[in-house]
Amino acid sequence: MQKLVEIKNITAGYNGLIALDHVNLTINSDDFIGVIGPNGGGKTTLLKVILGLVKPLKGRIVYNLSEGENRINIGYLPQQFSADKKFPISVEQVVLSGLLKRANIIRGHSVREKDKVTEVITKMGIAGLRSKPFSELSGGETQRALLARAIISSPKLLLLDEPNTYVDQVFESELFNILEELNHKMAIVAVSHDAGMISSYVKTIACVNKKLHYHPSNEINNEILKAYNCPIDLITHGTVPHRVLKDHK
Amino acid sequence: MAELFYNEFFRNALLAAVLAGISCGIIGTYIVSRRIVFMSGGITHASFGGIGIGYFLGINPVLGAAIFAVISALGVEYFTKKAEIRNDSVIAMLWAFGMATGIIFIYITPGYAPNLMSFLFGNILTVSLPDILFMVILTCIIVIVFVLFARIILFMSFDEEFARIKNIPVQFFNYLLISLVALTVVINIKVVGIILVLALLTIPQNIANTLTMSYQRIILYSVLFGFIGLIAGLMGAFYLDIPSGASIVFTLVIMLIIVKVFKRVVKS
Ligand SMILES: Nc1ncnc2c1ncn2[C@@H]1O[C@H](COP(=O)(O)OP(=O)(O)O)[C@@H](O)[C@H]1O
Ligand SMILES: [Mg+2]
Repeated sequence: MQKLVEIKNITAGYNGLIALDHVNLTINSDDFIGVIGPNGGGKTTLLKVILGLVKPLKGRIVYNLSEGENRINIGYLPQQFSADKKFPISVEQVVLSGLLKRANIIRGHSVREKDKVTEVITKMGIAGLRSKPFSELSGGETQRALLARAIISSPKLLLLDEPNTYVDQVFESELFNILEELNHKMAIVAVSHDAGMISSYVKTIACVNKKLHYHPSNEINNEILKAYNCPIDLITHGTVPHRVLKDHK
Repeated sequence: MAELFYNEFFRNALLAAVLAGISCGIIGTYIVSRRIVFMSGGITHASFGGIGIGYFLGINPVLGAAIFAVISALGVEYFTKKAEIRNDSVIAMLWAFGMATGIIFIYITPGYAPNLMSFLFGNILTVSLPDILFMVILTCIIVIVFVLFARIILFMSFDEEFARIKNIPVQFFNYLLISLVALTVVINIKVVGIILVLALLTIPQNIANTLTMSYQRIILYSVLFGFIGLIAGLMGAFYLDIPSGASIVFTLVIMLIIVKVFKRVVKS
């Protein structure tokens, strides 16, 4: 186990609005952290701070690089695909874009890269969609393609923002099985609105509601959530209040 | 028809059609797929301010237009990213401001009154050898940039945030590409004019996009369709004695309709 990313006393926000207030979190190389919290609690902002997309107002982030690395490789699955869904690009090209690097700006795609695509799209169950236009994918297929893009470069850290939206029940459990397997090779931070669902897969939980409360276990209940000032509704997911979510599965 | 090729104006026009086809085919695919057509329209019309100032100062108006267009392009790129002002409002203001500046400066330029119509609607038969040279240089630069950075441009246009995460110098490419858009517009003003240049940057792409969803193929088809439209429009202008810019745009729209109908029929 090795410290990968240390978030130290980060305050971040947008034009005067504070989204994260003095937040601390350490991500280790074998972590699988579930991030939960109410809508607007700052979960997405937390991921964007880690990615360097949102510049913190206060505090700092330390990335612990291994030898020969000049930058930590992070895989990312955005919450909403903000880009243009109609853009003329094939599934293969979308997945290949995950291998983009500053160093190989000019090069074309090598055979090895194409093989890598085959490997990840097969894992995601979309091998048959390889040369389809990305715009013609369904919600769930889009999510799989974007997940393939996120992991194709074998990142050290995988950040997933609500990966289980748009996917059906079958793929949802399949997805978390894939993530558990990936977790042998990379740290994972997964945001979810479905605390019950996610707690049965993750190792630890971070509750984010402007403040961040780290819970070093995957067992959590409404009392703890209340104590963490992290009001999310566990009942809607079929769990009886006070019940340990571990049983929820 | 053969005797047409001995006509210097016509030969220049043919060359211009090839170069316009290539430059607009590539740049148009970029702006259409990235949905910055309106931004490009703003830059196009802003360049008119440069034409006016060029006349007033007695420098080459095309040079004035190029400087004005590039500065507006960089400015729009900068301000829309800063996002304090609404994107489309900035562009609309720039659009009108450029036109106003152009009109004022042309109006107060003593003596010589240039033919405004030729800038607004263009005339492919007036493209001169120096214009062609300028077009050749720029077209080469565009082709080199889009071949060399094909991957980056595609991926960054598709998902800029993701490219940024991958540490690609996105901002640099945004500035580079928007400058190429500005210069493409300027070199094609003589061909179809300020008001119609957007057609050359969007109609071939929409015809192409009807037939394919591949970025590379949209570029290739756009170059081809643009060229066909330019030549057919030029012929139409020549034989029917109508303004070439309008004739070219008209031809392109007819082509678009034919392809759309054709696709419907094939599908059903
Ligand atoms: N780009 C943005 N500009 C301004 N405010 C934003 C932006 N993104 C998020 N916010 C605000 O920051 C807060 C946290 O948002 P977010 O991190 O998206 O929360 P979550 O992902 O937990 O739902 C919210 O109040 C939201 O409205
Ligand atoms: Mg969010």
